[in-house]
Amino acid sequence: MDLVSFLIQLLNGVQYGLLLFLVASGLTLTFGIMGIINLAHGSFYMMGAYMAFTLTSLTGSLALALLLGVFLSIALGVALEWALFRHLYHRDHLEQVLLTYGLILIFEELRSIIVGNDVHGVPIPGLLDHSIPLTDTLSYPVYRLLMSAVCLLIAGAMYVLIQRSRLGMMIRAGASNREMVQSLGINIGLVYRLVFALGVALAAFAGMLAAPVTSVFPNMGSQVLIICFVVVVIGGIGSVWGAFVAALLIGLADTFGKVLFPDLAGITIYLLMAAILLWRPEGLTRRAGP
Amino acid sequence: MRSTRPVRAFLVAAVTLLALVPLVTSEFYHELLTKIMIMAIFAMSLDLLVGFTGLVSFGHAAFFGVAAYALILVAPQYQAASLWWTLPAAMLSAALAALVIGLFVLRTRGIYFIMVTLAFAQMVYFVFHDTPLGGGSDGVYLYFRPTVTFAGLEIIRLDDTSHFYYLVLVLMVTVYALLRTLLRSPFGHALMGIKANVHRMRALGFPVFRYQLASFTLAGALAGLAGYLSACQYGFVNPEIVSWHESGNVLLMVILGGQGTLHGAAAGAFAFVLLQHLLATVTEHWQLPLGAAIVLLVLFLPGGLASIPQRFRRLLGTESEPADVEPR
Amino acid sequence: MSSRAEHAAHEALPPSDPVLVARGLTRFYGGLAANRDVSICLERDRLHAVVGPNGAGKSTLINLLSGEVAVSAGSIELEGRDISKLAADERSRRGIGRSYQKTNIFPGFTVFENCRLAAQSREPHPLRIFSDALRFRRVCDRARQALEHAGLAARASATASALSHGEQRQLEIAMVLATDPLVLLLDEPLAGMGAEEAERMLDLLKSLTPHHAILLVEHDMDAVFAVADVVTVMVDGEVLERGRPAQIRASARVQQVYLGHGENDHE
Repeated sequence: MDLVSFLIQLLNGVQYGLLLFLVASGLTLTFGIMGIINLAHGSFYMMGAYMAFTLTSLTGSLALALLLGVFLSIALGVALEWALFRHLYHRDHLEQVLLTYGLILIFEELRSIIVGNDVHGVPIPGLLDHSIPLTDTLSYPVYRLLMSAVCLLIAGAMYVLIQRSRLGMMIRAGASNREMVQSLGINIGLVYRLVFALGVALAAFAGMLAAPVTSVFPNMGSQVLIICFVVVVIGGIGSVWGAFVAALLIGLADTFGKVLFPDLAGITIYLLMAAILLWRPEGLTRRAGP
Repeated sequence: MRSTRPVRAFLVAAVTLLALVPLVTSEFYHELLTKIMIMAIFAMSLDLLVGFTGLVSFGHAAFFGVAAYALILVAPQYQAASLWWTLPAAMLSAALAALVIGLFVLRTRGIYFIMVTLAFAQMVYFVFHDTPLGGGSDGVYLYFRPTVTFAGLEIIRLDDTSHFYYLVLVLMVTVYALLRTLLRSPFGHALMGIKANVHRMRALGFPVFRYQLASFTLAGALAGLAGYLSACQYGFVNPEIVSWHESGNVLLMVILGGQGTLHGAAAGAFAFVLLQHLLATVTEHWQLPLGAAIVLLVLFLPGGLASIPQRFRRLLGTESEPADVEPR
Repeated sequence: MSSRAEHAAHEALPPSDPVLVARGLTRFYGGLAANRDVSICLERDRLHAVVGPNGAGKSTLINLLSGEVAVSAGSIELEGRDISKLAADERSRRGIGRSYQKTNIFPGFTVFENCRLAAQSREPHPLRIFSDALRFRRVCDRARQALEHAGLAARASATASALSHGEQRQLEIAMVLATDPLVLLLDEPLAGMGAEEAERMLDLLKSLTPHHAILLVEHDMDAVFAVADVVTVMVDGEVLERGRPAQIRASARVQQVYLGHGENDHE
């Protein structure tokens, strides 16, 4: 592999990893802070992508679609948490797994009814639809660079939010001691609702952002979900930093794996997970979640 | 786990009814019930893990699939193979897969365990889907069902629906009896102790990992039995039988019926497949009401179907707060 | 106390053999040393009490000895053999039994099954999958004996969760007894007990001292002085003083520690 191809794959791997981080961070926050395993998380990603498709078709602008989509997904997150998820906090993992599995079926079927099962493309806005030339024959799409930049920005914002803000402090405190936080007069229910909605919005936004590149297809939710599970397992539950490192690791492993060992294409990341399980069963960052 | 007299009576009645089915109904129902009984075996094998060892596996379909593929891969292409060696071979393959995967996944616990079992099953899916091992996404056909011969005579013809039906019925009852016996043994009691309080079990000197691995492997082997039978029934396997939807469905069957009861798992299999069929005849979007049913079930009937008699009794005031897992 | 008893309380004990010897045990949690350079020797037929104010590191010590927590430094020897690298289940099999301050039983099982399972750990028979567990005579007998010894024989068929707090503490002990250990690590067995129940528990402990090597972590100082042969006082993760009960009672340093941390420290 020559240097330029390597660079391209590196950029691809990082971009994929950052996208995974966006989705996985929501998942790990929900696990780590509320103790809920949510299989339907992948569906939010799928919903985001389909929203991008429908809203872009309606409004003609991806940017507008993104904005609307974020609002819609936050609303959805709040509604879902209020209607369903807040009943799951005290249930055991098995029940959470089943209920959210049922949700996946509902979401997938609703999508099938409302939008159908076809694969759709989402056009990249004209402004961003070129590539930066790297050599005579190879170039790199601007949109993909933008994706990575946006994801990094969001990652940075999350860092600031969690490490430096009052809300972040409440989130971190809520993770380790719910009763204590409540006794301080902080409305833990509200904190949980916000965290959940944030998770939904992150996953949906990732789907919207990725739609022009990956296109919009029925199985995208389950695909991303399982990979996110691997991210969370490797990174350690509840650790956003762990999710970041693990997501990049997986993004790179998957990308390079597909190029270097095409026969083992889908399996590379699972082999990586198996190897890490041998070495560190609790994940790279051993943070105790609830 | 409470195999009380009313339950036993109910089971005997149910098995008797099942035995009469081929005599009074059409072939369509034989096939449907055969499928259901195979799922009952599958569900009971998972209940051993979930309901009695406390290991919530979301990747159990992997072992179902390994055995199914094993049958088709070891059987010669243009000839029928004998059940006497293909069945053990398939179950052994499933057990081996479970042993290897178990060595990895049992290093984790709780939520991690659920996720890694799902991930490993997905890996198995990709092995069948992407590699030339099993015909890829198209799947492979089994052209000749295995034969069951004794002293040169073919005593069971697996391509005969009634024969196959009775074979599956006998196997289902055998698996149930085997698991019940196992659960009464010291090993079974230890598993239930592990589910109830794994920390204390370790402190008492039980090598918990070994017990969990044994349970995981055995459950995998029994799932393999179900997979083998399923391959015989359809004569076809493809990677979708290892999809996580299948793992989710069998887990659902166990919960639907009531985990930790064994007969509940079988009942759950019946209820689930029937429900699926019913809904599918009503609408092509049957997954929607199914998903809704699941959500409602979890919210309002956490003990599953098997808890209904108990709840009924409590409603009538004839029973107080029940003890949970009790090894008798 | 009579002058003769008083004299006896100050006397050194006849020598006995060391069963569990721990040297220089240290355990760090981040930057905090929960235990620093703690050494302790448990001898056969002796009851060794460990006391100290909250946060002294007593529970950590028990966890280090039972194997539930790994040592940061130090060694542990059981009958002369090094066990510091062994996991908790292996240590249990070698003869170390442990009871918990926070009742750690199988709440959904009957009292009998709790003990039977504990007894089964000594004769696991994992391969006898076709035999009913209840038919293993020795295991069941051992369970019944343990229940009797702990005073719970009458409650054998009750569900463990239905037991009173005091009875559950008795079950805690019964379970350890059912494993027939050489070393008993008891973490505040009297916790939350009424006066009468505590009296019974103390009698039980006294009856257990011959043939076992007992480590007793307790808050109740009177109880400790009634049954202990040796007392170790811990403060802030370190051993402050060690000696016969009367010595400790008379020690000025110990009194200062308790006055300084507040008398009658209760959880």
